[in-house]
Amino acid sequence: MKLETYAKNTWCPGCSNFGIFTALKGAVSSLIEDEMSKENIVIVSGIGCSSKIIDYLNLNSFSSLHGRPIISAEGIKLGNPNLKLIVCAGDGGIYNEGIAHLIHAVKRNSDITVLVHNNRTFALTTGQFTATSPEGFKGKSTPKGSMEQPINPLKLVLASNGTFIARGYAFKPNHLKDLIIKAVKHPGFSFVDILQPCISFFDTTSFYNQRVYEMEEKDLGSPKEALRKIEEWDYNESNDSKKIPIGMFYKIQRPTYEERLLEGLIPLKREREIDE
Amino acid sequence: MKKDFSILIGGAAGEGSRKAGLVIAKLFSELGYRIFIYDDYQSLIRGGHNFSQIRASKEKVLSHRKKIDFLLALDKVTIEKHQADLDKKGIIIYNSDKTSVKDKKAVGIAVETIVKEIGGVSIMGNTAFVAGFAKFIGIEWKTLEGVLKKEFKKSQELNLKIARKSFDKVKSSIKIEKIDQKPLPLLTGNEALSLGAVKAGLDFYIAYPMTPATGILHYLSSHKEEFNTVAVQLENEVGIVNAAIGAAYSGARTMVGTSGGGFALMTEGLSLAAQSEIPLVIVESQRAAPSTGVPTYTSQGDLLFALTAGHGDILRFVIAPGDAEEACFWSGKILNLSWKYQTPSILLIDKEVSESTFSFDKNILNKIKKEKPLLWDKKGEYLRYKETENGISPLAFPGEENAVVKANSYEHDEFGITVEDEKSVEKMQNKRLRKFKEMRKEVDKLEAINVYGNKNSKKAIIAWGSTKGPAKEAAEKLGMRMIQPVILEPFPVKQMKHALEGVEKIALVETNSLAQLGKLLSCFGIKADKEILKYNARPFLPEEIEEKL
Repeated sequence: MKLETYAKNTWCPGCSNFGIFTALKGAVSSLIEDEMSKENIVIVSGIGCSSKIIDYLNLNSFSSLHGRPIISAEGIKLGNPNLKLIVCAGDGGIYNEGIAHLIHAVKRNSDITVLVHNNRTFALTTGQFTATSPEGFKGKSTPKGSMEQPINPLKLVLASNGTFIARGYAFKPNHLKDLIIKAVKHPGFSFVDILQPCISFFDTTSFYNQRVYEMEEKDLGSPKEALRKIEEWDYNESNDSKKIPIGMFYKIQRPTYEERLLEGLIPLKREREIDE
Repeated sequence: MKKDFSILIGGAAGEGSRKAGLVIAKLFSELGYRIFIYDDYQSLIRGGHNFSQIRASKEKVLSHRKKIDFLLALDKVTIEKHQADLDKKGIIIYNSDKTSVKDKKAVGIAVETIVKEIGGVSIMGNTAFVAGFAKFIGIEWKTLEGVLKKEFKKSQELNLKIARKSFDKVKSSIKIEKIDQKPLPLLTGNEALSLGAVKAGLDFYIAYPMTPATGILHYLSSHKEEFNTVAVQLENEVGIVNAAIGAAYSGARTMVGTSGGGFALMTEGLSLAAQSEIPLVIVESQRAAPSTGVPTYTSQGDLLFALTAGHGDILRFVIAPGDAEEACFWSGKILNLSWKYQTPSILLIDKEVSESTFSFDKNILNKIKKEKPLLWDKKGEYLRYKETENGISPLAFPGEENAVVKANSYEHDEFGITVEDEKSVEKMQNKRLRKFKEMRKEVDKLEAINVYGNKNSKKAIIAWGSTKGPAKEAAEKLGMRMIQPVILEPFPVKQMKHALEGVEKIALVETNSLAQLGKLLSCFGIKADKEILKYNARPFLPEEIEEKL
């Protein structure tokens, strides 16, 4: 299936966003083959390299503001609950600028999928630290190294009563593709943090290649087990960081925000249904 | 005989003076009077001093007056604070269990004693108080009983017993004359604008609580099934505005509401809606600012902010209705305009319109309908930002077969793909400029300016928003012309010049200190000869304007 547009790709040659792009296209194609209507898929992006992805996809899309793609996607879902929302945004947008929206969307269990292209730096602004940059990160605004501890976004989502928590790796597109399919099929808020080396400003390729391993899917309903796995790596870069698990950490079912909010209402009349 | 009464009822927060005031207003309304209630309350939950000032008149009234005919004091503070405003013939009605009044005309009601005798709880003292007052002014038991039954669904029997006891104890001394006109329902501006938006097809109202706009959220939340409109409370104003734009992108009519501080947070959304050409209606109910300001009091200090908010070269509709009926009509209209022009819009009101209570003529709803925006004809490839002669591109929504709907906060091409080259950037801004031109033409077709009073007078008052009420009353009394611009952006220059024909002296009346409308008017060569400004966070009274003129 051809999902590309005519837009010229402007990612750096060799950028790991290509891996995520491949995984997403593969997942979307597979979902469409599996009888999901193409016209019901909407990709929502924020600002940054990650967000350029929507220009390259011949799918409905909404390019939101920095930090706002999650709340935009929630609004789009409210407007038409039949739509399947996939957010593609970076760590700067989701964990810095828009972190309140992440926490609230998780706690509401809004039925959307969020893919965080987590390169742990602000890349398009040429390399500053973000919420998930390791302590000591040397960027243009922190030449002597960041003094802050990174947050562990998976731990945050678990603490906010998340229902679907996963981590992927941009250089394992097949594994990532499967995670995206599961995430989109999950009824409720599905969260995939994607480790993504930025080859220009924070090249973590060899760090990840040495440590990333695919987890077995088990005990997905246990918050205790999820937390244990989540805490295997704290998003720092010290030598103590031994192994970084990727795959599914946690998955439970809860009623979605939209089905609860819109229950008992006549389906909303959208503009196309207005009688002449 | 007098047919214009002012009643002030006051007490500490939590004592229920607002509710008691509403019941009194409904009694007058039953007698055919037109009502206006000004509610004055502080930013606290218990204690302090709250009051409602009710105006009941034969004619439609839109503001309260200074002089009080009946001062109803649930506590001593109310007497101390308002006795000076009592008319020469005015009468104090007080709670004789809590305070005493030397004035011989004053009427005491033993509120606590009555409540205790019947076995009620202290909040029911209001019922005793209102019933005693009703008897005093000659209202029949049947009328009182009818209103109380509607107002008290909980503990109805007990309230009625208390009312009866108090009613029997007080002597009827005055007879308020009945007026031969049909009672009208009483609505706040917030409720009225909600009805207008619902009539124009509102699907979602999204908000974060903020005085004085919170009433919209409450009203729509409690009528969800009846209106088939969903009121949603989200995490913050930034979230709200972005969620609303998202919902509109998928085809749902949305509105958000807030006050100045929340609006400040929403401005990124205003800009996004303009660039992505997605309809957005923001209700901005002003309160006394800057910053936290005086949160439960009024002001018209956000006009220039509303006109210019949002980064970038953008045009928006700014409409400032001045009472409940106007709020109803224009909230419906602004929703339709936003969809027609795929543009952000601001319904600019203030605490005085939002939270005051008005006699509301429902006929205004007949003038509102859901107007169909320009939709895609389903032919050929869909282009969200298609170049058209008038700059308006047909709408389609995600979920539409054979259409890829790409909305973009970046500058974009017709399909919606991000562009940066000079030619495309200019082309798209030109498309939006053509749309802005259409918006200006649209304003010329609407009744953007209201003229009241003596339309031939050479002296005119110009006032906007809630100041319309007292300014109109002052102008009528003084035989002056009163001009109210309702649409403030795009500014109705032609209609304004027409309204000013023959005018030699202009007095500008605003509740702000910088004469913000005056600044706007000066852009069009209109200069006020006199500025009457009030900025103590309280609305104008008609007398104050009369005096200053």
